[in-house]
Amino acid sequence: MRTIIPAAVLTVSALLAADVTVIRNGTIHTVTKGTFKGSIVILDGKIADVGEKVMTPAGARIVDAAGKHIIPGIIDAHTHIALDSINESSVSVSSMVDVTEMLNPESISIYQALAGGVTVCNSMHGSANSIGGRNVVFKLRWGADARGLVFDKAMPSIKMALGENPKRQGSPQGLQIPGLASPQNLRYPGTRMGVEDVIRGAFTRARAYQREWKDYETRKARGEKLLPPRRDLELEPLVEVLEGKRLIHAHCYRADEILMLIRVFDDFNIRGVTFEHALEGYKVAREIAARGHAASTFSDWWSYKVEAYDAIPYNAAIMHRNGVLVSLNSDDAGGAELMRRLNTEAAKVIKYGGLSEDEALAMITINPAKQLRIDRWVGSIETGKDADLVIYDKHPLSIYSKVEKVFIDGRQYFDRDEDMSRRPKIESEKEGLRKKVLEQQKQAAPQNRRPS
Amino acid sequence: MRKNLLAAFAAALLISAFLISAALAETVNWTAIRGARIVPVNGPVIEKGTVLIRNGIIAAVGAQVDVPASAWIVDGNGLTVYPGFIDALSSWGLPQTAQAQPPSAARGAQQQPQQPQQARSWGPLDRPGTFSWVKAADLLQPADPRLGQARNAGFTSAVVFPRQGIVAGHGAVINLGGRTAGEMVVAPDSGLFLALRPSGYTGFPSTPMGIMAYFRQLWLDAEHYRQALSMYAADPVNIPRPAYDRAIEGILGARRVLLPAADPVQLERMLTLAADLKTPAVLYGVVRGYEMAARLKQAGTPVILNVRWPARDRNADPEDRESLRELRIRDLAPASPAALSEAGVKWAVSSEGLDSPRAVLRALKQSIDRGLRREDALRALTLTAAEIYGVAARLGSIERGKIANLVLADGDLFDDRTRVRMVFIDGVRRLPEPEAPAPQGAAGRSPSISEEEEQ
Repeated sequence: MRTIIPAAVLTVSALLAADVTVIRNGTIHTVTKGTFKGSIVILDGKIADVGEKVMTPAGARIVDAAGKHIIPGIIDAHTHIALDSINESSVSVSSMVDVTEMLNPESISIYQALAGGVTVCNSMHGSANSIGGRNVVFKLRWGADARGLVFDKAMPSIKMALGENPKRQGSPQGLQIPGLASPQNLRYPGTRMGVEDVIRGAFTRARAYQREWKDYETRKARGEKLLPPRRDLELEPLVEVLEGKRLIHAHCYRADEILMLIRVFDDFNIRGVTFEHALEGYKVAREIAARGHAASTFSDWWSYKVEAYDAIPYNAAIMHRNGVLVSLNSDDAGGAELMRRLNTEAAKVIKYGGLSEDEALAMITINPAKQLRIDRWVGSIETGKDADLVIYDKHPLSIYSKVEKVFIDGRQYFDRDEDMSRRPKIESEKEGLRKKVLEQQKQAAPQNRRPS
Repeated sequence: MRKNLLAAFAAALLISAFLISAALAETVNWTAIRGARIVPVNGPVIEKGTVLIRNGIIAAVGAQVDVPASAWIVDGNGLTVYPGFIDALSSWGLPQTAQAQPPSAARGAQQQPQQPQQARSWGPLDRPGTFSWVKAADLLQPADPRLGQARNAGFTSAVVFPRQGIVAGHGAVINLGGRTAGEMVVAPDSGLFLALRPSGYTGFPSTPMGIMAYFRQLWLDAEHYRQALSMYAADPVNIPRPAYDRAIEGILGARRVLLPAADPVQLERMLTLAADLKTPAVLYGVVRGYEMAARLKQAGTPVILNVRWPARDRNADPEDRESLRELRIRDLAPASPAALSEAGVKWAVSSEGLDSPRAVLRALKQSIDRGLRREDALRALTLTAAEIYGVAARLGSIERGKIANLVLADGDLFDDRTRVRMVFIDGVRRLPEPEAPAPQGAAGRSPSISEEEEQ
């Protein structure tokens, strides 16, 4: 099953490279290649070997995981954490914006999510627009700068949204988001049919724009002197979608709107869409699967608005059984809340739907990796993949389990014990700074000051 | 006969006009400041020397300077001469709009006064909040009372920017005095001021993210416009005539852009944006300079420091627990100048957000207490500011050939007891003016402790 080569290679390379870590004697949930007691060898950030017996190179850093469980780093395919702007809600097509440049590496949500075993997440533009902005997939390398976080191997993607969110700012009766929209600030569309119209209109414009450029290039090649078309940052990402270079993550709830979007994509020959939330996905699972589209949903979170009422906790399992690639996400924005316990979200699909442990874990690891087109590098514990690993003290699908250590690219980014022992030091530094300020204020205050 | 008379009269007029102008041209105004301690900034301090001014320009500086007999003499005994200070990001002399004032702290649940109906923008082509055709140099008001206050604190120049919308317009380097607005202008094209907070419109773009995307589109449009204009000029028969666009005309003239960056995260964002706009950037609103020095040095980007050091809100809930990050920022922000100087980053200071021009010096004194060298502080106030805006050949130091903008103080600049005795602007002496009491409620802020002490 496993290759024999790494062991031989390792002994040689271990002499050259000092950066070797071995996680020993844990229960390894590889997700794709079964679960067994064994060890993982990490060399230069990659998984060099994994198995019941591995060669431990001399000088390797040993992490004893006896009695512990190891899973691949959790991947959250739909969040909004660590972004300084989320929604450019002023227009219904906001494809000119990119949340990548709003990534804030200092956001504490990154560390909180890390503490819940998440190693990769897809932070997305909000759902206020029929076609929203561009998204960013990043690794939770806490301490790196924004550029150092971005997982640039991920395929570029764009957000879309259907239903209440994109239409409410076009309806005088709609729920107004304070500060974003007001009655004087209404925008088209105000209905579900309007949303479809906006999407069809945008892709039609993108096609014309694509043709305009092609036309220009051919005439230029013929030696004609002519002015190039105006570059349009709104349409360029949509052309990439038409050319299959950019993925779509489409926020949706109801079965009818999912079918609507499938038809629109059929007309424009767009593949590789992930339906986000898709709480009624169980009703149209076969239709989603037939086109090779995917779905990213919640386990049992619904009824927070009208379009989210007709939901069942069996949604993920039913879609999965009908051949849809399913992941579970947090949709966290303000702080990492659900993100910290995506493992128990996965556990719920065993209770509701009777999926296997591996199928459950796949929904927070390899499946989202496939949806983001990063499964060649992350999402399971396999030789050659990035060493993004989580060590739990108990079975990861148990509600009693805690994350003890998290590795990304072989480097340890979270350690529960270290975190706990660091806390008193932080408190004393805070106290010191507070006292310093008070003292400075005292010195600055005039000595003869009297109450007036 | 009558014709002859007229001709004679005209001739007489001409001759007298010629004589008058000749006389004016030959009138040389000499001023000499003698016996003063001179801090030229670009060279070593002269303990006792003379600054000679000829028609508003520095003619000579040194321990031994020959002073013409006709010179007007200023006794500099006991005084120190510095180059005039430059506020590197200011609104002095510009009309004060409602927008320019800081948002008032919510006192009660008072509603904001109704804003005039603003245009709804649907996309970049609506050119939202774009005033790139506006020039600060066209808006100057020589009677602005703030000019006097600034002179009293030793400022003789400022770089002033219009501040409406998100592309606010072009700044100007001005002298803080002159008979006319036009006389005050030293350089009318000192940079295009960009903001990342939506203002002056509703609709697109409503976030910093959208505004950055808009800037990129605007600069792409400008490039396209430039190309279209040149192709049209070459072939007006076959190339369609480009539509005139004043927003883009203003962009094309921008030699640098001013962008906001308070911390290292925003710094990276703005460096990327400036590279995309293919325009050199000057960063303003810098707060965490102490963490940004190395990156700024590497990028070669100058900054305008916000010297209103962050402080805990006096009315804050005492039960509020602040984060370690917040506490660190508060502690370290005043150490930014020292860190920037040490790294070799060009930095200057802005009076923005401070209660008075004099508060700039007090803020810098805090930084001196945190390791900033006095000469570096002085350089930031003078020569570096001039260098950042490309006017160092004319302003920023006491040097032969430069504009005679000088400060005469009765002691060391950063000493609290030191008073400015006079300033020279374009060689014209100005004595301190009585200051009007602080505008009541204009800024909505209570005076700080140190101010009460002073009064």
